[in-house]
Amino acid sequence: MRLFLTLLALCAVLFVASLTSGQITAGVSESLAALFARDGLPLSVVMQEIRLPRAILAVMIGASLGMAGAAMQGFLRNPLAEPGLIGVSGSAALGAVLAIQTGLTLVCPLALPLAALTGAVLAVLLILMLAGPRGASITLILAGIAISALAAALTSLVLNLSPNPFAAADIVFWMMGSLADRSFVHVWLALPFMAVGWVLLILSGRGLDALTLGEDAAHAMGINLTRLRLMVVIGTASAVGAATAVAGAIGFVGLVVPHLLRRFVGARPSALLWASALGGAAMVLAADIAVREILPQRDLKLGVLMALVGAPLFLHLIFKTRKEMA
Amino acid sequence: MTLLSLQNLTVRRGDCPVVDDVTVSIAAGECVGLIGPNGAGKTTLLRGALGLLPHEGQSSLTDMSAADRARHAAWMPQSREIAWPVEVDTLIALGRIPHLPRGAKLTPTDQTAIDAAIARMGLESFRRRTATQLSGGEQARVLIARALAQDTPLLLADEPIAGLDPASQIATMQVFRDLARDGHGVVISLHDLGLAARHCSRLLMMHAGRLIADGPPRDVLTPENIAQVFNITGFWADTDHGPVFQPMEVTR
Repeated sequence: MRLFLTLLALCAVLFVASLTSGQITAGVSESLAALFARDGLPLSVVMQEIRLPRAILAVMIGASLGMAGAAMQGFLRNPLAEPGLIGVSGSAALGAVLAIQTGLTLVCPLALPLAALTGAVLAVLLILMLAGPRGASITLILAGIAISALAAALTSLVLNLSPNPFAAADIVFWMMGSLADRSFVHVWLALPFMAVGWVLLILSGRGLDALTLGEDAAHAMGINLTRLRLMVVIGTASAVGAATAVAGAIGFVGLVVPHLLRRFVGARPSALLWASALGGAAMVLAADIAVREILPQRDLKLGVLMALVGAPLFLHLIFKTRKEMA
Repeated sequence: MTLLSLQNLTVRRGDCPVVDDVTVSIAAGECVGLIGPNGAGKTTLLRGALGLLPHEGQSSLTDMSAADRARHAAWMPQSREIAWPVEVDTLIALGRIPHLPRGAKLTPTDQTAIDAAIARMGLESFRRRTATQLSGGEQARVLIARALAQDTPLLLADEPIAGLDPASQIATMQVFRDLARDGHGVVISLHDLGLAARHCSRLLMMHAGRLIADGPPRDVLTPENIAQVFNITGFWADTDHGPVFQPMEVTR
């Protein structure tokens, strides 16, 4: 409970900080007042139509990545699992890349997230087909790796054959992940998919707890493993697919956040789900503030910063684990 | 009262029957030892009975819904998996999952069952320890307690005492006997024929997927049976301290 309140408070503070971060500087109270003002002043417009959706998206995407990471780790009983493992983010990226390459995004800006979502849906259908209806987790991992590799190869192919250097640059920048210039349209587009994902993942908590004892014991305790797998795969796909669709590929959140929080929830997979959702939201909010504060003129990409912070953090975890094992 | 009945249960791996046409029933109050050499089909029989493997023939457990079965029979698999560094208390509480509605907190009834399981296995001093940091034998006792906390009429355990020290082996067999005396049905597979002879009320002897012998230990552990199934000779004596069985020589 204390952890819950701490994480919630952290998210609230970072949310306000995110709202007040950016090129137009204004005090906290002034900015928050502008959120509700109907005066059409630049600050009000910026607050209501740029910063608010950006902060909300950071929360939604962080929560999706964190929760999906915790669910994947719990389901595969492997602390190195992450939501990208089942190939959904790679396939969503491929969808987006195709939309940029074909010029669809110039006709209709929403074509990009919609194409990315289509990629994610196709990936999940493919993975369920490949892994079989009641296959073990190893077939799921293998199918995920195969799909990720295929999506990465096709993405490279598109870049390779791209006749238009501007489209290629667009693609590369999009793939780095960012929350800049998103609007409420993106929020409303992603929210239904993410909400479905969150519900499915939260409902899988009990099964994930039982899986602590292995598949056989969980099955004998009345857990329907086929249904659990469907819930985890579809939940992860719809939450992470939607996240990738609106913000591009943002790595490390789903891997590092459950890792950091595991010991604070007594390692219980069900408790780790919501803890990682809040932790992921806090992490993405913080990173999105950092990209605006560190190099305000250079449009530093969120995914790049996350990888820069995440990789050393992960190294630290490796050394700590090694020490514990010695 | 019959807690488990198997009718012509056959489990195949490919075309080869690993469990071949086994018919048996287990009643309340029985502590049944399932014995047989490696590969005789002991684990497969138990998993088939629970519906964890596709099978032919009837098992009373697979006729139940998954939720009812989980409240009727607890299962301790041979692979002692503890995936996360949870506290012993938390791990044992997982046994209550079949009794809890989704998302519900532990009720006093659940806590009583957990405390009783911990007391039976003598794990009071381990409650706050991290399960993954215990020794193998200690982990096995914690996992037995987890199965006991499920508080089911029937308990099926696959080699629960393998790897335990002698005192823990004897104490654990005593726990199973007490459970049977309290009206539970217990089926455990084990390789220690001496402990099986002393503590089980009934033995099932398997060989190459078939049930070879079924009855009180004295009638199952005959020289002919153990020579045919295990390729060993044995020594049986009735003493003031109960029956003693000691495997002696390899015959082949």
